[in-house]
Amino acid sequence: MPNKIPNRQAICETLMAHAKTDRDIVVLCSDSRGSASMTPFFNAYPEQSVEVGIAEQDLIGIAAGLASCGKKPFAFSPASFVSTRSYEQCKVDVAYSNTNVKIVGISGGVSYGALGMSHHSAQDIAAMSAIPNMRVYLPSDRHQTKHLIEALLQDTQGAYIRVGRNPVEDIYTEENCPFEMDKATVLREGGDVLLVACGEMVRPALDAAGLLAEKGIQATVLDMYCVKPLDTQTLLRYAEKCKAVVSVEEHAPTGGLGSMVAQAVSEHCPRRVKCLSLPDAPVVTGTSAQVFEYYHLTPTGIAASAEALL
Amino acid sequence: MINRDLYIHSWDLRQDVLDIVMAGGGGHIGGDMSLLFPLMLLYEKHMRVSPETAKDPNRDRFVLSKGHSMEAYYAVLADCGFLDLQDIKARFNQLGSPYIGHPHNVLPGIEMNSGSLGHGLPVSVGMALAGKMDRRDYRVYTILGDGELAEGSVWEAAMAASQYGLDNLCAVVDRNRLQISGTTEDVMHQDSLEDRWAAFGWNVVSVDGNNLDALDAAFEIAKTTKDRPTVILSNSTKGYGSPVMENKAGWHHKVPTAEEYEAIKADFAKGKEAAIHAQ
Repeated sequence: MPNKIPNRQAICETLMAHAKTDRDIVVLCSDSRGSASMTPFFNAYPEQSVEVGIAEQDLIGIAAGLASCGKKPFAFSPASFVSTRSYEQCKVDVAYSNTNVKIVGISGGVSYGALGMSHHSAQDIAAMSAIPNMRVYLPSDRHQTKHLIEALLQDTQGAYIRVGRNPVEDIYTEENCPFEMDKATVLREGGDVLLVACGEMVRPALDAAGLLAEKGIQATVLDMYCVKPLDTQTLLRYAEKCKAVVSVEEHAPTGGLGSMVAQAVSEHCPRRVKCLSLPDAPVVTGTSAQVFEYYHLTPTGIAASAEALL
Repeated sequence: MINRDLYIHSWDLRQDVLDIVMAGGGGHIGGDMSLLFPLMLLYEKHMRVSPETAKDPNRDRFVLSKGHSMEAYYAVLADCGFLDLQDIKARFNQLGSPYIGHPHNVLPGIEMNSGSLGHGLPVSVGMALAGKMDRRDYRVYTILGDGELAEGSVWEAAMAASQYGLDNLCAVVDRNRLQISGTTEDVMHQDSLEDRWAAFGWNVVSVDGNNLDALDAAFEIAKTTKDRPTVILSNSTKGYGSPVMENKAGWHHKVPTAEEYEAIKADFAKGKEAAIHAQ
């Protein structure tokens, strides 16, 4: 049966599980509690919930003030708004002031489909990664999301977490979800081509490896949920073993996972790197699934790009 | 005059600010001079914080939203024992120095970084909310520039502060009516600020910002006001203390020449002398 729990709901469940005993956990929303799946949290923990209204700059500034007083704020807003409308607050109030704010970009990438470019966050990885002292995470499924949030609850540094709007097919299971903070998860090993993906693109990358195997091409697949700090150690270890590298991301072609992968690989173990992404243009109108199909961010499209490199 | 000693001492701090600006070859001296009184009153009289309690969860918090008035903040923090004045003068603006032109929270006593305008009030709202959540009785203060009020984020936070009834929050607007390009009313009209803040649900106290006693009384009003935040409109004079600088937009960030330095220094000495002999 397909998974019906989106990653945002997994975040809510994880925070609710901890909020009862950790009264410093605070959730902030910008008229976005429904979209963030955080309504249950607001209902269960009203004293640990803050509504700021449609005011994304205020969302992050207030969260930073809370954090400076020992709170553990998680600030939720659509990724498209929080990564750009609040960008300066993320830079100054969170990263530069070194406050423990976890910025959660919901409905990331092209989740909002036909709502258009204003609602798409195809630049958030680039924007957030360029800020010193800011970490960037794109978990691939609900199980990994839970582990990531639990790890983030243990540290005291700011971070940006992007999740999509829709449920994604499980990569892991509740019992089997290997997770090490800031370490990519190796989903499959093969010596021909290295597929590196993050967020919702991990699933099609993994399926692409299956298609490649049917043609006798062996692929390694890395779930690089930790885009920054990029796990270059694991990346390079497998890049060295492979003939070519393919990165896959739901992001613009510049400054995202592909740029970072290409930078590391070209410097330390040059290989051909193909960066699969959304275009440097407003994306075609459609649901996110249609958009992925259109730009070949599918198992077939990824497998074809990988094959063409070899 | 109730705050006579503080007033006399303010002239020493004005001289410290001038020396810091000269030593670093930069700064924002005009605004430093207009907000020195409320800043002094907070640190030397009203706020419950000291170098010994700088990490105490119950300490009062301060955020310099108008971050470019850093030289005044350096002078006050040094005067209260958080920082060393001689070290500031020796290293302000120098290569690798922690003493930069805006608040830098690697330094003792500085809570949050700022510099880009419109950040201090939202952050202060968060601090005040945390105090309410934890049922702590600390107070949160921030000083904004009047030109800064053109930033939309200020008003986002103004809405939130009244929505949450943050009576533990007090904002000061350094209403010197000048910004880098000219008068605030020419650049972006904002009168009546009294009406604007009141419309956002704030308790508004408008005072002579060049009068320590009036500001002192305003801070007392803020402390006793319940269920809503207070804004003190400090109607001040940019470059206050020396006719060389007073009410001249050009002194927003001018570094005095050697000749101007001597003239300003003489004005400050004269001011102190008059303060000592005033009743």
